[in-house]
Amino acid sequence: MNYKEYIENINNKPDGKSIEPVFKNPQEKYISDYRVPSGCAVFGIIDETGRLFDGRMVIEGIAMMHDRSNGLGGGFAAYGIYPEYKDDYAFHIFYNDSFARKDSENFLQKAFKILYMDEIPTQKLRSISNPPIIARYFIRPKNIFQDLEKFKNTDALNGDSISNAEDEFVANFVSNFNADSKGAYIISSGKNMGIFKGVGYPEDIGEFYKLDTYKAYIWTSHGRFPTNSTGWWGGAHPFGFLNWSVVHNGEISSYGTNKRFVSGFGYKCTFSTDTEVLTYLFDLLVRRQGISIYIINYILAAPLWDDIETLPENIKEFLKAIRIVYAKALVNGPFSIIVGSNNFMYALNDRIKLRPLVAARKGSLTFISSEESAIRKVCKNPEDIWNPKGGEPVIVFLKGKEPLLNTDAELEQKNFLESINCLPDSFAQAIK
Amino acid sequence: MVLKINQSEFEIDRDKEKCISCQVCVRQCSNDVHEYDESEGTVLSENSRCVGCHRCETLCPTGSIKIKQRVSEFKGNANWSAENMKNIYKQAETGGVILTGMGCDKPYPIYWDHILFNASQVTNPSIDPLREPMEIKTFIGRKPDKLEIKAVRESDGRILKFENNLEPQLELNIPVLFSAMSYGSISLNAVKSVAKAASEFGTFYNTGEGGLHKDLKCYKKNTIVQVASGRFGVDKDYLNSGAAVEIKIGQGAKPGIGGHLPGEKVNYDVSTTRMIPEGSDAISPAPHHDIYSIEDLAQLIYALKEATEYKKPVGVKVSAVHNVAPIASGIVRAGADFISIDGFRGGTGAAPQVIRDNVGIPIELALASVDIRLREEGIRHKVSLIVGGSIRSSADVIKAIALGADAVYIGTAALIALGCHLCQKCYTSKCNWGIATQDPYLTKRLNPEIGTRRLLNLLNAWSHEIKEMLGGAGINAIESLRGNREHLRGVGLNEKELSILGIKHAGEAW
Amino acid sequence: MKKIYIKEEYCIACRLCEIYCQVKHSKSKKILKAFKNETDILSRVLVEEIGYNSFAIQCRHCEDAPCVEACISGAMQKNKNTGTVTCDEKKCVGCWMCIMACPYGVIKRDLSEKKVASKCDLCGDEEFPVCVRNCPNEALKFEDV
Repeated sequence: MNYKEYIENINNKPDGKSIEPVFKNPQEKYISDYRVPSGCAVFGIIDETGRLFDGRMVIEGIAMMHDRSNGLGGGFAAYGIYPEYKDDYAFHIFYNDSFARKDSENFLQKAFKILYMDEIPTQKLRSISNPPIIARYFIRPKNIFQDLEKFKNTDALNGDSISNAEDEFVANFVSNFNADSKGAYIISSGKNMGIFKGVGYPEDIGEFYKLDTYKAYIWTSHGRFPTNSTGWWGGAHPFGFLNWSVVHNGEISSYGTNKRFVSGFGYKCTFSTDTEVLTYLFDLLVRRQGISIYIINYILAAPLWDDIETLPENIKEFLKAIRIVYAKALVNGPFSIIVGSNNFMYALNDRIKLRPLVAARKGSLTFISSEESAIRKVCKNPEDIWNPKGGEPVIVFLKGKEPLLNTDAELEQKNFLESINCLPDSFAQAIK
Repeated sequence: MVLKINQSEFEIDRDKEKCISCQVCVRQCSNDVHEYDESEGTVLSENSRCVGCHRCETLCPTGSIKIKQRVSEFKGNANWSAENMKNIYKQAETGGVILTGMGCDKPYPIYWDHILFNASQVTNPSIDPLREPMEIKTFIGRKPDKLEIKAVRESDGRILKFENNLEPQLELNIPVLFSAMSYGSISLNAVKSVAKAASEFGTFYNTGEGGLHKDLKCYKKNTIVQVASGRFGVDKDYLNSGAAVEIKIGQGAKPGIGGHLPGEKVNYDVSTTRMIPEGSDAISPAPHHDIYSIEDLAQLIYALKEATEYKKPVGVKVSAVHNVAPIASGIVRAGADFISIDGFRGGTGAAPQVIRDNVGIPIELALASVDIRLREEGIRHKVSLIVGGSIRSSADVIKAIALGADAVYIGTAALIALGCHLCQKCYTSKCNWGIATQDPYLTKRLNPEIGTRRLLNLLNAWSHEIKEMLGGAGINAIESLRGNREHLRGVGLNEKELSILGIKHAGEAW
Repeated sequence: MKKIYIKEEYCIACRLCEIYCQVKHSKSKKILKAFKNETDILSRVLVEEIGYNSFAIQCRHCEDAPCVEACISGAMQKNKNTGTVTCDEKKCVGCWMCIMACPYGVIKRDLSEKKVASKCDLCGDEEFPVCVRNCPNEALKFEDV
């Protein structure tokens, strides 16, 4: 028996029972029934020109890190895959059975206009057992939003744009749906993007979903090594929420604190994973609070007080304020994450770099990976390859899609970031 | 001479072989227990007057004295405990309310001792605080929902500087503050020790209802000034002489009860500090007579904010009572920046024993329910929670923070560091350790230089221990432990207790 | 030189300084033996007390020491290097002029030796005088002048 067989032997594929999702008791608002810490491998690629490429490269990369997962979860997020429905929400939903599907579809139809639906094409593999029913919907919120045009520039939207209001509606819907509906989970809910995941090694999951037939400009992927024996389809990663997808390697010691922080803003942590709470932090801070992505690292991986003390007064005051206000959003313990969104890919390490994270560039491509080997596998000679420091983000925007700092608040932020030399630094990092 | 039924509580065991008749014990006892018999050349002791403060035992140069609990057993009776009987004998003699000092000593469950803390293994590396940074800095004050940055511009549009919407905060180098102990209830030397230690360590002490003595004004930056129902020593200057203001509604040891500093304790210094005539009783009413409802509290909070020009956090201290969670919610909505909750085991200089031992609830349960209630209402971040009422060790601190506290108040622990032996006789003003007394012969016994050093040592020791525990759990900033109940497990608790505490039982995984 | 300073506001009149001084200047140097078996050991430090005011006083080792001036036999000497004033017991004839001259009243007759004047010697062989080391409230300090 060689090492690979040995590992696979001890990590027997879960039987039908153990992949059954465990449901939460809604009464226990702040105590989840269980939580799944995880080891894992992460890998991501972006082509900043927006050129689309298929899933073979990302599968090859994540497969290189086979030993970092144990067959209990793998998955991919792809951006730019549904150009024909690019302005509509694409829902990927896991159903335990056809009853759950029927109930959920009825429910879905009440809130949304379904433009198109199908089952995601998959391919039968020996290595993938017991998949749920995996359905896909392209939908548009109906009712209230049809009439929103006439509220434009009035107070009714409370200063939000229509798409913000739509996002808010969909976010609430997804969050309530996942918390309440038994046997059905929305695993992907963004526009022009999709998440493909399940129980198995990531390369098998990729084959199972036929990812070589999809073309995207951002691919992220995840191979899972959950330390808890439960592996279930809904609990695999990436975790998706609206356009966000997060893959994460690590175990967050501040989970309870972070969960309570986002719960205070109405997020329901149904999946009990670290990745879920990270996703909500991004959604809350970036989408809802409008905090620039360039300073998110100062919240999630805040600099040490001793380091803050040495900085010039205005930066010191700002970083101090950030740490005070967002103390409970500090993510503590080891993590490396790759966050995907429609316009950018973002990677970050915990502040004392307790997990590996390597980045590389070649031409318009940027690679981020747990291990350098995976990058070298798909890109023999990168122009540049580096280990981002703890708390130092890698941000790559699609060309021409850098954040439009339009509103007054955003402009103030931009001015401020410039004043503390924050923008150029992050840019420099991103284009390194 | 009327028959006294109550027998002495303690027995002085003097080893004649070791006693050198140096009379240190005679000179140190303010209760006149020891007496030198010149004709015999020996020291005699009168057991009945001993309060068990261990001053003589501690100072005896030959170790000849041992204070023992005097065991004289009544006929066994599970219903009528010795304490019940002794209290009745006492009351039958005096006809008065039984007074006592310090916190409740009855064997109610101590939940801290039924909670265990977590550590990392394999999946998450533990961190060595001696080699890696470990942050326990804490901020007390109201936090906004989100940080907003605004440019302050010149008339020509040039940006002068940036401002943010953060309200005033107290910065603590350790999530531990010294709780309210007034000058009057404790000696000036004791207050000086506490104030100086707070200022040197970078945390805060609380004036209690005693006003601010002129010698303490130099510790302004580390002072929380208290406004209680008697309003002793309160004026605009006083309010602005601290870093924060705390409105005291209640005290854990005596919820619903006011205070009474007897006139004998009101010497010249106490009288000028409290702004009352010398020798007059200082009586704090049970309620604030201008606060009969939550709206009234809101008015006082804003009156104090006006007086301090919105530059200082204003907090409210309440004792942990059955309805503490909704009360706390009301206090947040009334505009308080921090809430101090004092559990029923909290200390006091004087309280009716029946109140101290029977009113209020444990701080662990109060904290857990307040934190959850505020979170459910989405207002937890608007307020900082400081809890007190018997925080006995750094382990209690860690557990309190994981249950959701921002910081803890220590009172009794600080006094024990100063020498207190918990004899519970604070109300007699005969404290042999120079703490709870105004007698100049006794107050000299507490040298504030030594007191400060001992308190600093205690804070240092605790901060090392807190860092060790944090590091073990793989956390390097205390804010990541706040409300992180996943790191706690209960042992020997029933379902209801676990559900109120919001923790799982030991043995249950994530 | 280092001198003993008195912080009378923290003297608690326990007289432990006197007790330890006696032990230090006993033959056995053991507290129980000294007090049980030896008689008339003099303490060279003296606690003065009126009401709650008290302080422990011992030889001030005056710069211009009147006792040295008054000594007829040259027994009382001031060490030029260390500044301490000591009594050479071999030379002392017991005239007690030093006792008459001392403005602080801290020199005493050593009754056991009949004619020797006894006073604080700053426990020359110790890092800190025992009265300072054993003061429970740090009311005595041994510091540089």
